[in-house]
Amino acid sequence: MQTLGDIASLMRSKNAGPFYMTFDFMFENEEKYEQARTSTNLTPERIASLYGVPAESVQIHHYRPAWAIKVTMPRKAPSCDPLDTDTHGGQQFAPMVDLPL
Amino acid sequence: MDETRVLAPNGMLGTSFPEASLQKALGWDPHVIAVDAGSTDSGPADLGAGTSRYSRNSVKRDLKLILQAARSKQIPLIIGSAGGAGGRKNVDWTRDIILEIARELGLKFRLAIIYSDQDKDYIRKKLADGKIRELGGIEPLSEETIERSVNIVGMMGVEPIIEALEKGADVVLAGRASDTAVFSAVPLMRGMTPGPVWHAAKVLECGAACVEYRPAPDSMFAWLREDGFVVRPPNPELKCTPISVAAHALYENGNPFRIAEPKGTIDLSDAQYEQLADGAVGVKGSRFEEADRYTIKLEGAEMVGFQTVAIGGIADPTILTDVDDFLAKARKRTEERIERSYKDLSPADWHINYRVFGLGRTVLKGGTLSSRALGGDVGVVTEVTAVSQDLANSLCSIARHQLLHQPVARWKGFQSNYALSYGSTDLVRGPVYRFNMNCVVEPDHPLEIFDIHHENV
Repeated sequence: MQTLGDIASLMRSKNAGPFYMTFDFMFENEEKYEQARTSTNLTPERIASLYGVPAESVQIHHYRPAWAIKVTMPRKAPSCDPLDTDTHGGQQFAPMVDLPL
Repeated sequence: MDETRVLAPNGMLGTSFPEASLQKALGWDPHVIAVDAGSTDSGPADLGAGTSRYSRNSVKRDLKLILQAARSKQIPLIIGSAGGAGGRKNVDWTRDIILEIARELGLKFRLAIIYSDQDKDYIRKKLADGKIRELGGIEPLSEETIERSVNIVGMMGVEPIIEALEKGADVVLAGRASDTAVFSAVPLMRGMTPGPVWHAAKVLECGAACVEYRPAPDSMFAWLREDGFVVRPPNPELKCTPISVAAHALYENGNPFRIAEPKGTIDLSDAQYEQLADGAVGVKGSRFEEADRYTIKLEGAEMVGFQTVAIGGIADPTILTDVDDFLAKARKRTEERIERSYKDLSPADWHINYRVFGLGRTVLKGGTLSSRALGGDVGVVTEVTAVSQDLANSLCSIARHQLLHQPVARWKGFQSNYALSYGSTDLVRGPVYRFNMNCVVEPDHPLEIFDIHHENV
């Protein structure tokens, strides 16, 4: 079973302002982009369950010009709030690396 | 107007860029040099305390080169989100550096300062008048939030920057500004089409971040024309590709097709990218949709308390089988010691947080909920937040000492169980802050909430 981490050329996460975080999954060709885009696991419900947020708060954008899939969701704690664990949100993509496609 | 050329010396003032890139770009005759100097990315401390996350020396190094370049070319220099957060202290800190450079180099110019700090009474009135719109992710703005804020800034669009330039400024030092506003102001003043201008500004805002592979911060250059724009890195070792430029629209934005600005929205749905010679990329099809209402995003910071931390690790395998249990026992003993020594404290006056690295969940809130260590040791940051620095220091010393000698069930006798990285001196973090609002305000006029001053340097 291939995972998102197997076929992506770049996986990253970052703050989109202090209250949201956004994930970019990029692919080096159309075929891999389509493989991820059409995966029945890359859904708001599945991603929401990995991060413990409501499925309706997870946005998924397919961005063909860069063969990229973008996922945006609210942060559980705003950047640098007392219980925040990742100022820039840079390591939050990690649970997605092993997501089976 | 046929063409407007914009130079972004780097993505963040004070992170250093190669001088050769600047020299090469100056040969392409820019009409303006613009640079972003702040962000909310490193947290609320810069806004709350008025500090800068980049050192004075580093900011001065970059500023000196670009100020000298702009004056020698007789073109405007625009600095946005000065000093890290764009608050009054951040702006004045940067102004002081500019004046020092001017003295050292014997430069004379007209400097405009644009303060973006917001008056609390003005925001209260806008809240009462229903002129605040929420952007989500945090509780809605209230009277109490406004009251608790130590600083509130508005993120300006191009209008105050254009106003400052039209009144004769050679150098514009702007408080909090949208990344794109600093790059869009001069092209829009020169009558360029808004779609390509705003999209190019979005590509330029992080300097060379829009190239295929960027080993270190560097410069970026754009040629804006009626029907599109071209970007090219001055450093010949870097290369823009259609994918790398398109991908930059994704960066730090929630939506890759639409990016909100005070006056409207950048729409990239139909943008097309073409590889050109010399690592350049041409872009067409970018649009800008004007909004019905002009809005300014507000950013506020409030103080949480004062913090002191100790950093160390735990390696005893008998503790590592259940780290949570060990820390819970240490916490209980620590609390008893604090209550014994500080009888008049209320629970709201202090808080202890253990950040445990190595259990697969400290960085990731949704990570594995195991209490068993994954490797041979775990890192434990003992973090105390309190209503005064003195109290935070005192309580951290108790918490750290308790953890050090917290007994372990398996062994009989006195032990030291917290491998401290830095001896007994805990790290004083000073005041700590939190962002406390995510909303936009509708001003009656784009200039009414920004305070523009001109001076001769």
